[in-house]
Amino acid sequence: MKQKFRKMITLAVMPVLALLVMTSAKSPSEGYKVGDNARDFTLKNIDGSMVSLSNYNLATKGAIVIFTCNHCPVAQAYQDRIIALNNKYQSQGYPVIAINSNDAEAVTADSYENMKLRAKEKGFNFPYLIDQTQEIATAYGATKTPHVFVLQKEGNAFKVKYIGAIDDNKDDASAVKHKYVETAVNELLAGKQVSQNFTKAIGCGIKWKTASASSN
Amino acid sequence: MLKHFIYILVIISSIKVTAQNVKLVKFDEVEKFMNRNSDTTYVINFWATWCNPCVHELPNFVKLDSAYHNKKVKVLLVSLDFPKEFDTKLIPFVNKRKIQSQVWLLDDPDYNAWIDKVDSSWSGSIPATLVLNNKFKMKKFTEKELSFAELNGLVSTFISNDDNQ
Repeated sequence: MKQKFRKMITLAVMPVLALLVMTSAKSPSEGYKVGDNARDFTLKNIDGSMVSLSNYNLATKGAIVIFTCNHCPVAQAYQDRIIALNNKYQSQGYPVIAINSNDAEAVTADSYENMKLRAKEKGFNFPYLIDQTQEIATAYGATKTPHVFVLQKEGNAFKVKYIGAIDDNKDDASAVKHKYVETAVNELLAGKQVSQNFTKAIGCGIKWKTASASSN
Repeated sequence: MLKHFIYILVIISSIKVTAQNVKLVKFDEVEKFMNRNSDTTYVINFWATWCNPCVHELPNFVKLDSAYHNKKVKVLLVSLDFPKEFDTKLIPFVNKRKIQSQVWLLDDPDYNAWIDKVDSSWSGSIPATLVLNNKFKMKKFTEKELSFAELNGLVSTFISNDDNQ
């Protein structure tokens, strides 16, 4: 009898628990899908200036927006490849715009001061912006670093054409088989549709501001 | 001379013993593990030593593994550490924390090829955890740090399906 009662309770509680688990598993933001219009932003650069998609005059055809940060080893593994992307595509109208959205309270390595240091150390040749309110990462649906959004300019709008990883091998740049971002931008420059417009990769979760101390 | 040789042998064998629960794998091995036709509930945690929230929640999985040791529950810790840091970072980490659970370093950097096979809702950030039971056809995926209470609550919904354990 007792056993039966326990089973009944379990049966009653289970869907509630399952629902709780499902709700909490939802990612913090739905964000953009390929084809959406990306919103503009005005964020502070490491040199103190404010940078927007609309006022960044090198973004003549579009932009390669990369959510990245200082502390994440995956982001670090891609630093040189991000510099190379900008070297290759800035002059062709698709400059890199890097954005750090991590909560510096959670990770001091990702503070504005440390962003300046890293940019100097590595010789970043692109804007490295701080998204202090995390509004832009939330709007775009960036979940990790690095996380790339390739945008194409259509009139005054910036359309999302690619979302995902830079390439398919963080461990070894020389072993890369698919340069996703390069392929996407090359296709856009050639007036083609992007053949692979969405990829996934492992990265460090963006450190969201939170009341609890669980996110660090 | 012989004494030295034996001494070295002892050291080598002891290293192997402490690290026998750690190995390098490709994704197909993880996939096989996920697809085992079994009534055991598998708790698969994706983590890395470089991921602070992962390291923070890791003791919860170790605790879970021992709390359920006489139940049909198996914990697998899938590390996404850099393969070149297998010996220099992962092994020392596991040894220092005396982690007895299975630890597999997943050396398969073509992430896009396998992330969806774990769960299509996974964006790719870690920590991420998959709990599944193929016999009960139950599967839950979370992409966030879990407290022990959350993890325990999650796993108990799986094993409460089978009171005969």
